[in-house]
Amino acid sequence: MADVSRWDWEIGTKAIPFDAWKADFAWVEEPYVSPDGERIAAVVNLDDAQFSVCVNGRAWEGVFDKAWYLRFSHDGRLSALVSEDGEWTVAVDGETWPERYGYVWNTLFSADGARVAVAAQQDMAYAMVLDGVMWENRFANMTHFAISPDGRHTAATVQVKETGEADIARFQAGCYSVAVDGDAWDSVFTNVWNLAFSPDGAHLAAEVRQGLYDYTIAVDGRPWERCFSSVWQPVFHPVSGAVIAPVRLEGQWTVAADGAPIWPRRFVQVWHQQVSPDGQRLAAIVSPRYGYWTLAVDGVPWRTTVNEMVMDLRFSPDGRRLAAAAKHDGRWTLLVDDRLWSQRFDQIRPPVFSPDGRLVAAVVETEGRFGLVVDDRRLPQSYEALWQPVFSPDGTRVLVRGIEKGTYRRQVLAVDQLLA
Amino acid sequence: MHAIYGWVTGPLTWIAFLLFFGGLLYRLVQLLILVRRKEPFIFSYMSLKYSLRSILHWILPFGTVNWRLHPVMTIVTFAFHICLLVAPVFLMAHAILFEEAWGFGWPSLPDVAADWMTLIVIAGAVFFLVRRIVRPEVRFVTSTSDYVLLAVVAAPFVTGFIAYHQLFAYRWMLVAHIVSGQVMLVAIPFTRLVHMLFAPLTRAYTGSEFGGVRHAVDW
Amino acid sequence: MAQPAKSEAKQIVDNGIEKGAAGLTEDRIQAVINRVIKGESGARLKVYVDTCVHCGLCSEACHYYLSHDKDPRYSPVAKVKQTLWEMIRRKGRVSVDFMRRAAEIVHTECNLCKRCAMYCPFGIDIAYLMMVVRRIVHLLGMTPQYIQDTAHSHAAVSNQMWVKPDEWPDTLQWQEEEARGEIPTLRIPLEKEGADIMYSVIGPEPKFQAQLIYQAAVIMDVAGVNWTMPATAGWDNSDMAMFTGDNEVMGRIKREHYETAARLRVRRIVMGECGHAFRSVYDVGNRWLGWRIPPIPIIHAIEFYHELLTAGKIRVAKKFKTPVTIHDPCNVVRGGGLHRMARDLAHALCEEVVEMYPNCEHNYCCCAGGGVINCGPPWKNKRIEGNRVKADQLADAKIRGAKVLIAPCHNCHSGLEDINHAYELGLDIKFFGDIIYEVMEKPEA
Repeated sequence: MADVSRWDWEIGTKAIPFDAWKADFAWVEEPYVSPDGERIAAVVNLDDAQFSVCVNGRAWEGVFDKAWYLRFSHDGRLSALVSEDGEWTVAVDGETWPERYGYVWNTLFSADGARVAVAAQQDMAYAMVLDGVMWENRFANMTHFAISPDGRHTAATVQVKETGEADIARFQAGCYSVAVDGDAWDSVFTNVWNLAFSPDGAHLAAEVRQGLYDYTIAVDGRPWERCFSSVWQPVFHPVSGAVIAPVRLEGQWTVAADGAPIWPRRFVQVWHQQVSPDGQRLAAIVSPRYGYWTLAVDGVPWRTTVNEMVMDLRFSPDGRRLAAAAKHDGRWTLLVDDRLWSQRFDQIRPPVFSPDGRLVAAVVETEGRFGLVVDDRRLPQSYEALWQPVFSPDGTRVLVRGIEKGTYRRQVLAVDQLLA
Repeated sequence: MHAIYGWVTGPLTWIAFLLFFGGLLYRLVQLLILVRRKEPFIFSYMSLKYSLRSILHWILPFGTVNWRLHPVMTIVTFAFHICLLVAPVFLMAHAILFEEAWGFGWPSLPDVAADWMTLIVIAGAVFFLVRRIVRPEVRFVTSTSDYVLLAVVAAPFVTGFIAYHQLFAYRWMLVAHIVSGQVMLVAIPFTRLVHMLFAPLTRAYTGSEFGGVRHAVDW
Repeated sequence: MAQPAKSEAKQIVDNGIEKGAAGLTEDRIQAVINRVIKGESGARLKVYVDTCVHCGLCSEACHYYLSHDKDPRYSPVAKVKQTLWEMIRRKGRVSVDFMRRAAEIVHTECNLCKRCAMYCPFGIDIAYLMMVVRRIVHLLGMTPQYIQDTAHSHAAVSNQMWVKPDEWPDTLQWQEEEARGEIPTLRIPLEKEGADIMYSVIGPEPKFQAQLIYQAAVIMDVAGVNWTMPATAGWDNSDMAMFTGDNEVMGRIKREHYETAARLRVRRIVMGECGHAFRSVYDVGNRWLGWRIPPIPIIHAIEFYHELLTAGKIRVAKKFKTPVTIHDPCNVVRGGGLHRMARDLAHALCEEVVEMYPNCEHNYCCCAGGGVINCGPPWKNKRIEGNRVKADQLADAKIRGAKVLIAPCHNCHSGLEDINHAYELGLDIKFFGDIIYEVMEKPEA
């Protein structure tokens, strides 16, 4: 991860006018803000089919036929997918990669944000491109893209055998595999979905279907011995290295590790399982009974349920606390440690824990206005747009990045004062 | 003869009613357990309002498009089912038997009315029989069991009618009437006659899905 | 006009059914049937089978039955008799030939339109029973070839038409560029987190009917809607896996659709004019995943357009002159109650609306739905013959003046197009979107 401690944590506000840009361009698209809050950027239109990217009021030198998918990496690199003369490439901080492709999409960053990968199509063949270097091997089709946390490897589901039109037998026999850095596994499957790299990038697990009915997890190309009637995306245990995935058995879901169910209890649904950072606990979003949702920790569901949806499961950094966005009767709130916040919102963003896990904050939206809620207390300030808050490493300050009255403000606030 | 009569009106009747009520209860509980075990989502869509809305339309003669499409069938089936339920329950002879046994009874129908209702049930059964034979779409899905069930339902009314009018072999007819009535009662929970119990439930479920989820009518 | 077309004697060979039939044993059939009937199914199957009194009153609900001069084999209950009843009676021990015929019945003689559920006095959902058989057919690997291929497409690329991951955003950008010829500032905002609406479509739109995306973009733009479209998988709301009984793939693609909307933090999903996709996202797929109601509200285009017009966000410059008639797609009418809004919309947009009868919930199916049209070319004629009654209905509307047929559903469109052609009806078939695009006030270019 980027070194957050080096950011400017002085209490105070930096303001950058945003709406004012609109006078300089034909139009300004939706803004993106750097993780450290120092820059605000948007794709801008200069003229008919002339696009650029404007950062803090200054446009990149390059002008493109098209520009989209503006994204800041974790260390603040700003990337965009750009097109010139019908060819596509990636622009990072205004510099385009020298290589050109038929199409590029789905930008991925390494955990530290230093490496940038995209999926690319060249002459109707597909490969991943990492920092401008395309895999040597190209494939007839490619889906489900992944980058290892260290950014040294990229992977994707690839089609390794040709299929004729509506050749269902051939499809079922298996035409898909996974390529890591361009090298496909020896094994083929009917389908491969949702890849997961191990934390060290040395292993890769994926959901696979063998034939029409047998679902399991394949790790480095080798499927688990046991098959299930369905599976969801696997994760690697950060400590033991075990591969953990939700599996469907006799019409209900549970969690399996390395091919064997580990949760005795069955659920209507289990997904988005996550191991706590210390490796001690395994949590997942579950539906303990039809139409009701909550979290389960180590197989035991919480008592508090909501009746529409739970998403964005997050552990506190110390692994002791757990929070998720929850929707009940059409309104969102936060589900924290088996309790719901008292307030309800039109929309809520993923929860953010302070480094010591003491506080949990979330950006919320009500009637088109955004606000920050910390431990169920809504801060008075409201915004036109608001990004995820960031706590300082010592947990005493919080970085708030928002737009109000057309001006972007980077505010560093003292947590104590905030809650006073 | 007395012994036979005593036996069919005594132990057999007990057994028949026990199997009838017990059987219905069993089917209902079995159904609810099955829903809970395999399709618990069904409960979550059930709506009293839309269940009743659907049931009301369908228990009203000509209350639905399909009832209006088949006017003769509609008249016959309503008349048949109403008489089938009302005649035995409100027949004076049944009420008296019940009062003798339990010490209380309920108002009953004049015999002439009950007689006509019996004839309507018999005529309805004949209509269904003929319909099964002459209508290709019905004949195609008819099996022996459909005829047997029709006979099981018609039998108590035919025998009852004969016995009441003492047309012949009164005592034997009476026994036949009682036994056939018992057979019908027992058949209800364990054959397609269970629609007596299930039809309102399937109707309620479809009504709930159409009304509550799909915002449409189901008639 | 409505020729009696009889070619039933001709045996249609479907490679998918034959592929499954080859090497199939009665033991395997029995095991699969019992697994589905005893294992996967529950109260509905049992009660529906135990309650049906074989009265045949469902017959006249079915367009196949009516179109085949009331041939009893096509009545809804007859299709249950020829499949499930026999399977249950023989405890699953049925022959390969029996399964061949069963696959044909459930895939090509029933559109799962649920009209019969409105005609059965007990409300027995025969479409559900047909789906139970389709599930058996799926587990035996006997699903007709073309719809099976479509299910493969859903599984491989998360859309119905083998659209590759780059082709999707590329097509949207192309349509955006095209539309800028008309409205220079128009955007198709991709991956815009926090938009009010995610607009989702079905696979054929980017593949063959990109102008529909263009039109939708113009409508969104003129109405000033804060909208977005995903650039990732999850953009396709369609679902043929639902109709092949491949519930696992159905659940997978529905999850992707909803989680894409959740990721984009939109308030609602608006979907294009598609019927079966509405059924899948609103009623069927969500349930398999455990979502009692859609976790993100989903609005069909009819409802959305109705909302835009009512709120005055789009205004009619000049009403559509040619008389129109409305086809009520089963999945949004019997499945969503949108027939009233469809009529409001038609009256707001068009000068003359001619009703066809029966209509609203009682409308006849297009005969394409339920995956029947997706069974492909081998079954096309059978499908057209199976809906003569629709041709009669349309011809009647035409006699009373209708020249344009509005069908707010993709499969209906394709099916009605075939009927229109085969029975030489000469109607012009349109979506509501086509008409709105034509009559709405647009900024001067």
